[in-house]
Amino acid sequence: MIFEPVIGLEIHAQLRTRTKIFCGCSTAFGAPPNSQVCPVCLGMPGALPVLNRQAVDYAIKAALALGCDIQAGSIFARKNYFYPDLPKGYQISQYERPLALRGGLEITVEGRTTLVGLTRIHMEEDAGKSLHEGFHDSDRRTYVDYNRSGVPLIEIVSEPDMRSAAEGAEFFSRLRDILVWLGVNDGNMEEGSLRCDANVSVRPVGQEAFGTKAEVKNVNSFRYLQKALEYEIERQIAVIEGGGRVLQETRLWDSATDRTHSMRSKEEAHDYRYFPEPDLPPLVVDAARIEAVRASMPMLPAERKQRFVAAYGLSEYDAGVLTQSVELADYFEAVAAESKRAKLAANTISGVVMFMLKDRNMTIDEFPVRPPDLSTLLVLLDTNVISNTVAKDVLGKMVESGRDPREIVQTEGLAQNSDEESLLSIIRRVIAGNGDAVAQYRAGKAQTFGFLVGQVMKGSGGTANPRLATELLKRELSNT
Amino acid sequence: MVQQTARAIRDDIAQGRASASDVCRAFLERTQALNPTLNAFNHVAADRALARAKAIDAQRAAGASLGPLAGVPIALKDNMSVRGMRTTASSKILDTYVPVYDATVVQRLEAAGAVILGKTNCDEFAMGSSNENSAYGPVRNPWATDRTPGGSSGGSAAAVAARCVPVALGSDTGGSVRQPGSFCGVIGLKPTYGRVSRYGLLAFASSLDQIGPLGRTAADAALVLSVIAGADPCDATTAREPVPDFSAALTGDVKGVRIGVPRTFMADGVDPAVLRAVDDALATLNSAGATVVDVELPHAKYAIPVYYLVATAEASSNLARYDGVKYGHRADDAKTLREMYSRSRDEGFGPEVKRRIMLGTYVLSAGYYDAFYLKALQVRTLLRRDYEQAFEKVDVVAMPTAPTPAFRLGDKTDDPLQMYLADIFTVSAPLAGLPAISVPCGFADGLPIGLQLTGRFFDESMLLRIADAYERVTDWSRQSPAI
Repeated sequence: MIFEPVIGLEIHAQLRTRTKIFCGCSTAFGAPPNSQVCPVCLGMPGALPVLNRQAVDYAIKAALALGCDIQAGSIFARKNYFYPDLPKGYQISQYERPLALRGGLEITVEGRTTLVGLTRIHMEEDAGKSLHEGFHDSDRRTYVDYNRSGVPLIEIVSEPDMRSAAEGAEFFSRLRDILVWLGVNDGNMEEGSLRCDANVSVRPVGQEAFGTKAEVKNVNSFRYLQKALEYEIERQIAVIEGGGRVLQETRLWDSATDRTHSMRSKEEAHDYRYFPEPDLPPLVVDAARIEAVRASMPMLPAERKQRFVAAYGLSEYDAGVLTQSVELADYFEAVAAESKRAKLAANTISGVVMFMLKDRNMTIDEFPVRPPDLSTLLVLLDTNVISNTVAKDVLGKMVESGRDPREIVQTEGLAQNSDEESLLSIIRRVIAGNGDAVAQYRAGKAQTFGFLVGQVMKGSGGTANPRLATELLKRELSNT
Repeated sequence: MVQQTARAIRDDIAQGRASASDVCRAFLERTQALNPTLNAFNHVAADRALARAKAIDAQRAAGASLGPLAGVPIALKDNMSVRGMRTTASSKILDTYVPVYDATVVQRLEAAGAVILGKTNCDEFAMGSSNENSAYGPVRNPWATDRTPGGSSGGSAAAVAARCVPVALGSDTGGSVRQPGSFCGVIGLKPTYGRVSRYGLLAFASSLDQIGPLGRTAADAALVLSVIAGADPCDATTAREPVPDFSAALTGDVKGVRIGVPRTFMADGVDPAVLRAVDDALATLNSAGATVVDVELPHAKYAIPVYYLVATAEASSNLARYDGVKYGHRADDAKTLREMYSRSRDEGFGPEVKRRIMLGTYVLSAGYYDAFYLKALQVRTLLRRDYEQAFEKVDVVAMPTAPTPAFRLGDKTDDPLQMYLADIFTVSAPLAGLPAISVPCGFADGLPIGLQLTGRFFDESMLLRIADAYERVTDWSRQSPAI
């Protein structure tokens, strides 16, 4: 029997507000334990929540970008359970009436494009963090850090529309791109800003009804998600093929062993006793507010990518690379406008600049070469003042020193050499000094030509006009 | 001195006829003399109070302008947070708890110059109608010390009745200000839901809880309400409704005021002496110019079950934070997390609180939510409509505050259901979110009786105006217990 996995994801994304969702405490990551807390986020007796407007606007922004319907009225609810890192004994979330319903996100995996439906997006507060390790008495005690308690989150729930581990990972990745693009999430998975739970089931291909699902928790990177899904799919198929039945349960992904293991069964599942949060009035979002948020949104990556293809004649690939972040896309457009050489700008940025960023672990905002200087460099290149090779060297020097490209070219004598006489003297020296290679070339070994061109370029300190140098070299080799 | 109203004390201090320090000392002495008998206070903050009184005197000496409650001693129910002052909600689970912040009402009172004398005894987490559910023992009624003062704000009502303080704050969820007001012969006002900030009030049932003043005159209740009322950025459920000068509403005139009486609802189970006192009060108001007509509250008879579903559901969640992790009582030597939770809560909570947590947990459980909680919310809406319809015809709805005068300590402790039924007349106003007041209107065998008036949303002025006019033509409010 051939099985087909059915996957739905629940993604928790931290909203990039300065303060918490129900109080004025800072959301900054990495502060000393319990240094960003107050009566509200500590659940002190008598303290009350007050909703952060910015958090709502960010949630609306995300929901709009994901094509959801913003609900005019949504209601906060209490999710009741006991855990030490949950200071009030309940989490304020949304349940029956979330902020946003219905939406979708298109993904393409191995040429197959799927619209993954979104069931809902709701707002909630994060819990604190239990510290089970790292203290002298950690064998007996657990400590709790409430800095994270009350940090604003949105939970994005997808429909069970994914049919492979790769689709699951791609969905998570696309979603991250969009949230980061919008500026509502920092995309930092190591710090827990983005977390994913997966609902997985399998069914024989052709069967309509879903199989019994397991919820896999704690898959907080694209790679882990893919591995966890692959593992879980295989596990469930093996259970069924072995004559067993998949149990409805919650499973935990263990990245150390690359396996999932059972956390609790359906019977042990919590009854969260949701009920409307009486301390908060219904969240009313009117059309004007939705429009104001919409007006503040950057053009979405897919839209901007298409615009790059249409307006600048870029390849789909380059346009895709350049729309990985708003900042990168803005950078490209600034260079394109200033240099008036969009394609060259696209090639340079998606190629050598991206390579340099990766190499230096930098974002485009931190890249020391700003659009005007890169534009100047591209114009020097495109008007044959410098060669491609020299351009790369100059860019390297610009990154290191922040110097002006014209000044570098001038003081270091890097302008392209198109003077036939001086090129011929270099070529003659190369021919004289590489008798073996010349002999091989003349004997019909064409590959040797490249080596000789390289020697000429080297002899000119990289400044030789390559087209002219090639032409002259060919002529000289056939002359003598 | 201790017979003075808050207004008179404020004026005496402002005009130099008395010093805040002397006033404070007089009330402290009275409190310290009576508290061993009454057990009205969980905590008397004598040093802090005297220091604040001294500061008021210094302010006056320096010629600074004084607040509207400058030098007025006040007691707070022990479920309101005062920074640095032990706040227990009369529960063992908070026996050692000291808040790190002030409730909004505390900030406003102190900014107005009030001097907090201490924290008053109450039913544990405000759950009860007799003050017998206190970890620190019951409060005794100043009119008859074998009787309950009512609850849950029994300590605040007893303290005002016994002249330990001129005014106090209580909290009312299902009658917890008005019923003890009635039992102790003082004014008890529950403002409209959203009128007074709950920030810093230890929550019992968040959609019902409301802080309100207890005093011996409508004027004092008006004075305190004017100080504590108004929108609070720390409480999202407070209303933006403007706060009128409640004292200005006390014209002494009730001509043309229409009073509705739900006779059908009052037909059963009301002590004849209570009914007689209420009828007499209505006749008095009638002869003062008010009209009295019958109204119907068809759903009021469901108010008790609705109340005990809604209030316990919210309570079960509100009290989850008392888990031994962050503050309050934690069981010794628990071996597991679960054991720490269950033993801390078992040792810390009293029987009534446990009963309500269990009831509320059940009400919200999967499979019961729709049948109980949701149904209760629907009836709550119907009840609100009953009042809306009544207010098309009348300005206030009048009925007894409680079906009986103060009952004996121990009388109902074995029968929680009988105890719950004592709330029959008080639970519907908070369910509808409406303001209501209890006004002393007579005595039965030396025990005070209260007339309850329920008004339109944010129309506390009307309630205070009627109460004040009634005080002017009767002398019930000027009676003082023999204690």
